[in-house]
Amino acid sequence: MTDLVSVLVDGIIYSSYLFIISVGLTLIYGVMKILNMAHGSLYALGAYVTATFVGFWFGHNLNPYVSFLLLPLAAVVVGLVAGPLIERGLLRFMYGKDEIVLVLVTYAILLILEDVIKLAWGVESYSAYQPYGLLGNFEVAGLPYTVYDALLVVVAIGVGVALTWVLTRTRQGKLLLAVIHDREVSAAMGINVQRVYTVTFTVGTMLAALGGALIAPKVSVVPAMGVDVIVLAFAVVVIGGLGSLPGAALGSVIVGLVRSTAVHHMPEVELFSIYFVMALVLIFRPKGLFSAAEARKI
Amino acid sequence: MTTILHARGLNKSFGAVTAANNIDVGVERDSIVGLIGGNGAGKTTFINMVTGYLKPDSGTIHYEGRDITSLVPRSITQLGICRSFQIPQLFNTLTVRENLLTALGIVVIERKKFASASTLRSDGVDAVADETLERFRLAEYRNHVVGFLPEGVRKLLDIAMAMVVKPKILLLDEPTSGVSADEKFFIMDMVMDALRADNVTILFVEHDMDIVSRYTDRILAFYEGRIIADDVPDAVLNNAEVRKYVIGESHPPAAAGGARHAAH
Amino acid sequence: MIARDRTLAMLLIALPVCLAGGWLLPAWVQSLLVLALGKGLVVLGLVLLMRTGLVSFGQGLYFCLGAYAAVSVGKIFKLDNSILMSDALVMPLFGAAVAGVVALVLGFLLARYRAIFFAMLSLAFSMILYGLLIKIPALGSSDGFNISFKTVAGVAIAPAAQLYTLYAVAVVLVFFAALALHQYLRSHLGRLAEAVRDNELRVEYMGSSVRYVVHVNYVIAAVLAGLGGGLVGLSIGHVDPDLAYWTTSGEFVFVAVLGGTGSVAAPIIASLLFEAIKSAAYQYTPYTWQMVLGISLLLVIMFLPAGLWSVFQRRAKRA
Repeated sequence: MTDLVSVLVDGIIYSSYLFIISVGLTLIYGVMKILNMAHGSLYALGAYVTATFVGFWFGHNLNPYVSFLLLPLAAVVVGLVAGPLIERGLLRFMYGKDEIVLVLVTYAILLILEDVIKLAWGVESYSAYQPYGLLGNFEVAGLPYTVYDALLVVVAIGVGVALTWVLTRTRQGKLLLAVIHDREVSAAMGINVQRVYTVTFTVGTMLAALGGALIAPKVSVVPAMGVDVIVLAFAVVVIGGLGSLPGAALGSVIVGLVRSTAVHHMPEVELFSIYFVMALVLIFRPKGLFSAAEARKI
Repeated sequence: MTTILHARGLNKSFGAVTAANNIDVGVERDSIVGLIGGNGAGKTTFINMVTGYLKPDSGTIHYEGRDITSLVPRSITQLGICRSFQIPQLFNTLTVRENLLTALGIVVIERKKFASASTLRSDGVDAVADETLERFRLAEYRNHVVGFLPEGVRKLLDIAMAMVVKPKILLLDEPTSGVSADEKFFIMDMVMDALRADNVTILFVEHDMDIVSRYTDRILAFYEGRIIADDVPDAVLNNAEVRKYVIGESHPPAAAGGARHAAH
Repeated sequence: MIARDRTLAMLLIALPVCLAGGWLLPAWVQSLLVLALGKGLVVLGLVLLMRTGLVSFGQGLYFCLGAYAAVSVGKIFKLDNSILMSDALVMPLFGAAVAGVVALVLGFLLARYRAIFFAMLSLAFSMILYGLLIKIPALGSSDGFNISFKTVAGVAIAPAAQLYTLYAVAVVLVFFAALALHQYLRSHLGRLAEAVRDNELRVEYMGSSVRYVVHVNYVIAAVLAGLGGGLVGLSIGHVDPDLAYWTTSGEFVFVAVLGGTGSVAAPIIASLLFEAIKSAAYQYTPYTWQMVLGISLLLVIMFLPAGLWSVFQRRAKRA
């Protein structure tokens, strides 16, 4: 029984952090039709900035509980700086090019960002461990978990709910949904598609950075982390369906649980199992589990 | 009088739109049939079903007695039914000659499956391509990249490619649309001349009534997925319903005895 | 027509020149060249796929299979002293064959996909291999295996002549691969690649199977990647799971875009250029060479979308 519980809880925790990372990726694809390979690097940026902030904070012996605010702060900073910079400074010159060409453009951005990180922070690992244990532990079926991890799940759910609410209840959100549905018609209807793009990319970047910020206290912040996570995010959004928010949620849960099961029972197949599931889903549902209906061509 | 193509009870709907409503039509070998009707009347849907791009909701299509309803375009082409497209479907980054060579190359590769083109050999491909270029007066464009060519030339190439396969039935979807008024007859003359040597059954969709009356010996008028008239050109073009739904009252009535231009 | 004949001439001249000239080059250059040529083979296959309208972000799968195949089979079946574990010609060829068989099977699935989904699915399969390799001790786990060779086509080679011999093998294999691909692209089936890229609907309507064309080209690309993997493994003397990691595949895509699809020589030359610049950049600016790559990629996409090769290609026949 404890076995099942530990698989479930670990799975949900992992799913939560996957969701936060992947939802931004799927949103950007849904609105802009760009599969952003640099998403992982933005996640890494979030982690590094967080590590810097946290290091500074605890280095000056400031109130430890307030340090939690540094995490979303880092995400916002990275989002507001990197987001518009990349979108306005580079991507907007590429719109209209083939989807695959845009993927290559984001791949180029990934390469650039990887070195930006190395230049700014070097290659040694950083840590931001302090907030992790700060809130203490609790037990589920006799197994110890940190309150931090519980917080991660809450944040993930909160992000999902907030995004859904914004998209379906607010005017700005509905404009976004319109653009997701049909870019050309939206523009013809007078929607400022360009601004929607900038906002979407910035929000997506913030979410990626938030994922990195939240993970920073749990892991060693290293240069390879962006590159490692992007393939996981791909698996999630492809399983869930590119551009679908509920898809990202479902995909995260699936990948999280699959990985958790593997880690607990057959650790050798941890990575293999995730991609195996991705391939499996693609075989039966080529466009993912929740995918938009496709218009006919001739 | 042999029926080469027979569609029976074809029905096709897209949601609330009925594109084919119990279509029943038999086409005689070597005849030239015009398909007329307003936009959305079901002409292209009919062609799409005959060529296997769409599956009818119900009904059957027989070709030379054989049921082809569920076959894919590839197989139907191999059996000898080819089509051209409303919007030319070409290989835009290749030259005109390369487009033809590609088409002929396919025939060579799939030689065993092609009903009518089994005599084409690999080393004969260049000659056939050049001969086709001459026949369709495309020779001056032979090395031009297709993507940059004027619409009339692209249309001709689109039709030429459908013909190199030596089909028994050729379906032309609006062969003269998008082409200037003075080029229309030129293109139709060209196509009919080129087809004269072979025995081909031709069906073509056309909006220009002058062209339809000049080149066909039978017209099918479509409206809302049904065939509302099926007769010789004079009869159809003077038909009250056709005048109401397709041609419009202001078009002058067809002259008696409007003969088909290209004798077969 | 003229451009293509030029490629043929170039290949025929390059073969003896490279073989002879290689003898005079310092060891580190020969080594670099083998690496570049091996990777060039992978890019050659990738370029064929791009001509068919597909970008694979997972050629690392076959690259890795090609490198691992011979030594893995040898270790598992305890064929330690056989030709499979020590021959510089047999090992890459075996790798290519294994890659081909896997591609034949996977192709049934992958040939149904296009664009981003093809890219993602190919990436997924390469990561599946990566995931398997890092955790399976019998296949070396994340450490991998060391490889070496003693013979070429059964003929024993003195240790002093090994590097040049490997180089010669690389040059010959690349020559034949490029020649074969060049001829293939001029054949009726080979010509269909670009037709599929341009207009799949028309290809089907002309009576050919798009899936068949994609499948065939997918297998060819895999065989080339496997061949390259086998060579690179021998060149480095070591194989490890990183060969299947997605960033390895990404590098191949980069070089393919750099060279463009204009000629069979383009991927080889682009690969040589890339390896040269990469090793220089790595030495002098280890923290900025990726940035340089990224910026170069952007520049090529923006200003030379047909790759560097388009600079050399004559536009005589374009209207």
